[in-house]
Amino acid sequence: MPDRLPIKKTYKLFVGGAFPRSESGRTYEAQGQNVARASRKDVRDAVVAARAAQPKWAGATAYNRGQVLYRIAEMMEARAAEFAELAGGRDEVERAIDRWVWYAGFADKLAQVLGSSNPVAGPYFNFTVPEPTGVVAIVAPDEPPLLGLVTRLAPALVGGNAVVALASETSPLAAIELAEALATSDVPAGAVNLLTGFRAELAPWLASHMDVNAIDVTGADGLRADLERAAADNVKRVVAGSPDSQSLYEISAFLELKTVWHPIGM
Amino acid sequence: MAEVEKRRGSAPVPHEWTYAPAPESREIVSIHERYGLFVGGEWLEPTETYTTLSPASEEPLATVAQATPTEVRHAVAVAREAFADWSALPGSERAKYLFRIARILQERSREFAVLESLNGGKPIKESRDVDLPLAAAHFFYYAGWADKLEYAFPNRKPRPLGVAGQIIPWNFPLLMLAWKIAPALAAGNTVVLKPAETTPLTALLFCDVVRQAELPPGVVNIVTGDGSTGAALVDAPVDKIAFTGSTDVGKAILSRLAGSGKKLTLELGGKAANIVFDDAAIDQAVEGIVNGIYFNQGHVCCAGSRLFVQESVAEPVVDKLKRRMATLRVGDPLDKNTDVGAINSKAQLEKIEELVAAGRDEGAEIYQPPCRLPERGYWFAPTVFTKVAQSYRIAQEEIFGPVLSVLTFRTPDEAVEKANNTPYGLSAGVWTEKGSRILWMAERLRAGVVWANTYNRFDPASPFGGYKESGFGREGGLHGLAPYLDGNGGDA
Repeated sequence: MPDRLPIKKTYKLFVGGAFPRSESGRTYEAQGQNVARASRKDVRDAVVAARAAQPKWAGATAYNRGQVLYRIAEMMEARAAEFAELAGGRDEVERAIDRWVWYAGFADKLAQVLGSSNPVAGPYFNFTVPEPTGVVAIVAPDEPPLLGLVTRLAPALVGGNAVVALASETSPLAAIELAEALATSDVPAGAVNLLTGFRAELAPWLASHMDVNAIDVTGADGLRADLERAAADNVKRVVAGSPDSQSLYEISAFLELKTVWHPIGM
Repeated sequence: MAEVEKRRGSAPVPHEWTYAPAPESREIVSIHERYGLFVGGEWLEPTETYTTLSPASEEPLATVAQATPTEVRHAVAVAREAFADWSALPGSERAKYLFRIARILQERSREFAVLESLNGGKPIKESRDVDLPLAAAHFFYYAGWADKLEYAFPNRKPRPLGVAGQIIPWNFPLLMLAWKIAPALAAGNTVVLKPAETTPLTALLFCDVVRQAELPPGVVNIVTGDGSTGAALVDAPVDKIAFTGSTDVGKAILSRLAGSGKKLTLELGGKAANIVFDDAAIDQAVEGIVNGIYFNQGHVCCAGSRLFVQESVAEPVVDKLKRRMATLRVGDPLDKNTDVGAINSKAQLEKIEELVAAGRDEGAEIYQPPCRLPERGYWFAPTVFTKVAQSYRIAQEEIFGPVLSVLTFRTPDEAVEKANNTPYGLSAGVWTEKGSRILWMAERLRAGVVWANTYNRFDPASPFGGYKESGFGREGGLHGLAPYLDGNGGDA
């Protein structure tokens, strides 16, 4: 018998900035722990939270969003040892942290590199600006559990979208640890929501949800075609990326382009 | 001269306008009796055919091919074969072909305009002054990009995708062809394009331009037919599908392509809000409202079909609008005085009639100016509905006809909320004298194009495309190149 019994963590969901258990009361076993097994109702709650949080997050200045992302990197660095245990080791953690930093620096450059002013005929100042698509669902890959999630999450978030992400099904603990880092950084409640559970049970509800604007199916594996079919219902933007890539175009996949014809006159 | 009736306390009302008929001559166009499939620079004899009509007179114009899946796959194979050489050409050489096409379209614009009005029913003054100049400008614009792709996407090594399957609608047949073909070719792709079932003729005349420009065989292939031909093209081994048309068909294409990995861009329907504030220049706004919904008989995906007027000016705006509507001349598309031409097809006319009947049944108040519609052909008078609730079908569904629904608002916030209350998000209009308000509104409207103090204005340099269920991907401008290139996130 040990001198002191250690306190074990209850692994919960991250929705609207809070850590609820699944409303279903169910859990499943992964990485030797009992992890919340989210339900369809949890998916809907997460979408509601994301939708509510999105305008404020998008309305923050680009400079501010950049700082918030950088703050996530700071919070992760402080927990690097824990992350390394739950994910694939120190290297994966460092790359995930650096990914946040890279995207943080892009927040206030998107309009400059993706927008344009367009020389049109007539007395109009015509310009094109990128805007967030809204609520983005992410089906994160199983592997690498931390880097894969961050790789898909950071580019969606930096452009002003709110996110509902399904964590790695086989190794969800790093995602829950990430939720704790997010909760203690400056990300507004609801801008990122993380669910754990069975992908085949949850992803179809995200794909068919009429208030989700885009879905990242990078981790969908065999479900991809079904998810794409379900996503057609409200013409969701479907993104199939890589679990380990980093580019401007990962961001623009979650952006819309708005063109404005502004009159010129006396 | 116009006879003008003076009314006390209000603007003069045009009583009756008399014009001598001023029809554009059809002689400039020679329509073949029969058209085949344009594949590999040759006309192939089709296995199945159908007849294309003039919607203004229901007179048959020509027999055209109804391409079968086998014929479509053959066209794709021919385009695939042409791709290697075409994509290997220096961009500067590809550019020269596109410049040539632009020039030929300018030269032959009268011929194309007449044929467009004849086959599609749109007024000649629109096909002459809008469709043709814009189509030529589009080729000219993208010609210049062909050897400058590295400037558009620095450090990305942009590469063409291969064969693009392109499906276009019947509302701007040649212009939509230009929107599709010009960027695809500039980027180094080859194309198989399917024109709309009811309006194949200008695309078939364009094949003549392709030959005249000495474009290598197989770079542009045109297959005509109905929806089944379109479906065959979606299923064929193409690298990309570009579709402009209804949201329903767009969704069907999405499900059909699910899991295929084919790249896709969709430009779908709309139910645009045209928002008039109380400080707007009212007469100018009324012109914009008319242009927004009656241009091209309202067969416009970005048509300003929901008019939101600030309550304090709702009465004068609607009064002036009705008076202006009374001056619209409906009739022969080939007459240079015509403002509103024929409805494109019987099926479309029936759809408009069905929705207008629903508007009446649901309790909206209808106004149509007195006008005599021709007996033959498909016609619908310019229509405005007032007393419309947001829940009415005429405020929710795309009518794609000359039918306007008028709603009101009190505050800018309310205008934004009502305008965005639709699954669509293609375009919006804002009318106000206040520049800061224009930008405030533009920031909040969930639409891909926002026109301020103007409407339905297009330019090859200006990206066009939707939010939400109006589709994704952009056509026009630098952004219009992305869907036809790899290495640039073109599927984004």
